[in-house]
Amino acid sequence: MSNAALSIKDLRVTFKTLLGEVQAVRGVSLDVAPGEVVGVVGESGSGKSVSFLAVMGLLPKSARITGSAMVNDIELVGSSPKVLRKARGSEIAMIFQDPLSALNPVHRVGAQIVEMLQAHQSISKDEANTRAVELLDIVGIPQPKQRARQYAHEFSGGMRQRVMIAMAIANDPKVLIADEPTTALDVTVQAQILEVMERIRRDLGTAVVLITHDLGVVARIADRVQVMYAGRAVERGQVLPLFEHPSHPYTQGLLNSLPHGGKERLQPIPGAPPNMLQPPSGCAFRARCTHAIDRCAEAIPELIQVGVHETACIRAEELELTT
Amino acid sequence: MSVPVLEVHDLVKNFSIKTAAGIRVVRRTVQAVSGVSFTINEGQTVGLVGESGSGKTTVGRCVLRLIEPTGGSVQFKGQELLGMDQKVLRRLRAQMQIVFQDPYASLDPKMTVGAAIAEPLVIQKVEGNHEDRVVELLELVGLASDHSKRFPHEFSGGQRQRVGIARALALNPSLIVLDEPVSALDVSIQAGVVNLLEDLQAQLGLSYLFIAHDLSVVRHISDVVAVMYLGKLMEIGPADEIYNSPSHPYTQALLSAIPEPDPVTERKRQRILLQGDVPSPIDPPSGCRFRTRCPIAKEICAQEEPELIDRGQGHPVACHFAEVMPVKVSITGSALGTSAV
Repeated sequence: MSNAALSIKDLRVTFKTLLGEVQAVRGVSLDVAPGEVVGVVGESGSGKSVSFLAVMGLLPKSARITGSAMVNDIELVGSSPKVLRKARGSEIAMIFQDPLSALNPVHRVGAQIVEMLQAHQSISKDEANTRAVELLDIVGIPQPKQRARQYAHEFSGGMRQRVMIAMAIANDPKVLIADEPTTALDVTVQAQILEVMERIRRDLGTAVVLITHDLGVVARIADRVQVMYAGRAVERGQVLPLFEHPSHPYTQGLLNSLPHGGKERLQPIPGAPPNMLQPPSGCAFRARCTHAIDRCAEAIPELIQVGVHETACIRAEELELTT
Repeated sequence: MSVPVLEVHDLVKNFSIKTAAGIRVVRRTVQAVSGVSFTINEGQTVGLVGESGSGKTTVGRCVLRLIEPTGGSVQFKGQELLGMDQKVLRRLRAQMQIVFQDPYASLDPKMTVGAAIAEPLVIQKVEGNHEDRVVELLELVGLASDHSKRFPHEFSGGQRQRVGIARALALNPSLIVLDEPVSALDVSIQAGVVNLLEDLQAQLGLSYLFIAHDLSVVRHISDVVAVMYLGKLMEIGPADEIYNSPSHPYTQALLSAIPEPDPVTERKRQRILLQGDVPSPIDPPSGCRFRTRCPIAKEICAQEEPELIDRGQGHPVACHFAEVMPVKVSITGSALGTSAV
């Protein structure tokens, strides 16, 4: 058994729809070490959120999930609701883009954290109340005692996200999954939330999976990054070398499409992501790839070690990509 | 010097709202825009940046009088729009168009995109063959002519935004207000739309008011950048000056907060972490509106509102201490003497 906080193996998710089967996630693996921040990036529809909703057991019944996701020797995929309920919160917790819809509008914020604590720990009401205030303090909410008695609508967007983080870490989970936690926030508030997440990783040793489309956010706080495209990981590695020398043409395309502070013409990736009802044969990116050759259509490329990171491109070694 | 395409002077927009005060309902005023002035010349792009609630979208709508400004002046090619008769205004609006953030919401799902693009031609009673014009417009924005028979749901986000742009171009406008036109798009698609906007500007001599919260896109596309905070301009000037040597503490904090997709600079960078949130525009702070979050605020900032004037920076800055501030917090991260984190 590895010492990973979270270990995902060959995760696959399909949805039955009227038009056929949508293959949202097509074999994703990922190990996250304790105290590590792994950024999962990709464009809309790449399967980055669905993968982790599947891990959390939060997908609707129409989803068929196979593979494995282990946290603290507990298998999450295919487990009973009882096992999942116990694991969620105490072993693995998740925060979302929109904290307002995740908070109960008619209960005080403090009471919601207390509920979270009492669901997993045998702890008295008084103790739980004290702990709730402590948690609000940890995530940087000023006057936590007074704030605990307020309702979600009395908090700003950034403060609500702090409350969500407080709830998520209440039972000291091994893994925190953050799904676009700062996308709805202004940049100055985003900077505050990222700082809170960094502190939690450092002080509590929580493993963090940060799902985002913002490569800047990944560059700021992630140790490693997994780039996803069409339901698969196309590249994975340490952030510094990967941003400097991406080996996959998609990663390179993503980095190149961003403005770099000058007036040079931007370089979009031509075309659009494939339809996941009928994913293309072989490499899913080949239709948009300027380096594609006939062989790319033959088999789905697996992640292989190329230099210091792993890349799912059969031509990765011969291509000299730069950004 | 020719007449500017757009001249906005001291624009004010107050919204009246009802709020609960205990069991009573009280009418209060939201000061969304409080005295904003800027000019857009022919073929120029002015980028308007700010966080949510800064009033940037309200400025965009007031400029077209999609909402009625409370006061000030908006001159389009020398003609005053405020107080102009609705009929005259409607005809003049042919020359001023807007593109919205969400192209899916701004296109009628039951209308083919061809009909949607032709609609402005019908409304303005333009003579001639509308079908030919639609084909021409589709090709202009990089779509195929047979796309005109399709419905919005058959398009991807980037394509829908191109349809929105084609519709805005239908009447040969000279000014387009672009309200977060690429914010909803994935980065690989966003770049294509930004390029298109630049091509169209060069080809047709358009002027843009580009409203966005994404500062890196704004920098790329804008000639002049105006930074808004709580309904007021904090700083306005040539894009390179604003980004290379921001002089207002808010601009500095904003620029230092944007994460850049470069882990090397990201890890070295010193950041000015602003505390708290944007105050409510119902009851904005006295004096300088930024002072409650400003790392260098002094007493005078609460008493006296700083004017938006050039204090030796080469462009107007609304800060009492703009001139004594250690400038140059470049986006790539040199240090600032104040409360950097």
